[in-house]
Amino acid sequence: MDAYLSLFVRSMFVENMALVFFLGMCSFLACSKKVETALGLGVAVVFVQVLTVPLNNLILRYLLAEGALSWLSPAFARVSLAFLSFIVFIGTIAAAVQVVEMAVDRFAPGLYATLGVFLPLIAVNCVILGGSLFMQEREYTFVESVVFALGSGLGFALAIVALAAIREKMAYSNVPGGLKGLGITFVATGLMSMAFMVFSGIQL
Amino acid sequence: MSVSGTLMGKAERSALVTPILDNNPIGVQVLGICSALAVTTRLDKALVMSVAVTIVIALASLAVSLIRNRTPGSIRIIVQLTIIASLVIVVDQFLKAYLFELSLELSVFIGLIITNCIVMGRAEGYAMQNPPWLSMLDGIGNGLGYGLVLVLVALARELLGAGRILGRQVLPLVQDGGWYEPNGLMLLAPSALFLVALLIWALRAWKPALQEKD
Repeated sequence: MDAYLSLFVRSMFVENMALVFFLGMCSFLACSKKVETALGLGVAVVFVQVLTVPLNNLILRYLLAEGALSWLSPAFARVSLAFLSFIVFIGTIAAAVQVVEMAVDRFAPGLYATLGVFLPLIAVNCVILGGSLFMQEREYTFVESVVFALGSGLGFALAIVALAAIREKMAYSNVPGGLKGLGITFVATGLMSMAFMVFSGIQL
Repeated sequence: MSVSGTLMGKAERSALVTPILDNNPIGVQVLGICSALAVTTRLDKALVMSVAVTIVIALASLAVSLIRNRTPGSIRIIVQLTIIASLVIVVDQFLKAYLFELSLELSVFIGLIITNCIVMGRAEGYAMQNPPWLSMLDGIGNGLGYGLVLVLVALARELLGAGRILGRQVLPLVQDGGWYEPNGLMLLAPSALFLVALLIWALRAWKPALQEKD
């Protein structure tokens, strides 16, 4: 249990997807003008992350890893399809996002109104693919992958909502012409990233 | 080949050169920032990443443009993703075979070229409407524009952070009896954001037309 708690805290704060690995920066910068939009994107990322990382974990374990196909025939015992992981992961993500979008539209129209616009965008978000790739590189078990997905998704949501709040305040500041908009957002993100470094010593 | 019939006419040159400065993918279009920040702690990593991205964009734009008249509009995104993902697999396998240590350090960021917005952006925004040769040049130009920012940021970070360029000691460090006190912040994550902010500031001060109004 302790190991899972530690993994959760690490993936949420210490190895924050947005502020330490810079994943999902494009949507991080584009959708952080208003807290409301940022919250919508954050919730959608947590949702899709928790769905796709464990799904890809199962696919990797039972279809792609070395020897995973040995149930078909003993001749496949040494076959490894792990090199196909990129194309399989992105396919799974695109398909899962599509299915989720249709399901949400059908059964929860209220949720669709707030979350719907972000779902297609998320299919090509680096946080989602990055989550699956980290899961493969670090060889997480199924339960670990669920914990990691939840932690990293919440970490991204936290970071983007915090940045949006800062940017709303920043609308009243007098920023030099060349730094307006994008430039000053980078500086603010840099300061947030520095602030997040205080978590780096945390061990549970 | 091209509309004008020549290999390097005016349109071809502008497709290649415009994205390097005037329409730089990172500084102006704000695309593909994720990997730009994460792989710039050392110059050699940034160089390999730039070459990999340039090759993927050029070949992806070429392939997308070749089949643009046969791709149904409703499934074009998935077709583009499949092309890009296959190219990235090839690049990844190549790096694992010939540059194994660097490929370990680049870790997930090679795989993340798939979701690099520049690649998708050029395929969707340019290659779908333009002939193959022009699309490929546009891809190379965007790759070079991306690489330019990457190399500048990596150069500053490696030089100021460790006093080295491409692993060779240029500024003698204090701890080895020299005069340069390395700036440790440059090797940490936040410095990349500050450097990109400074680059954008410099670019927009030089070309005020790019400044945002609000």
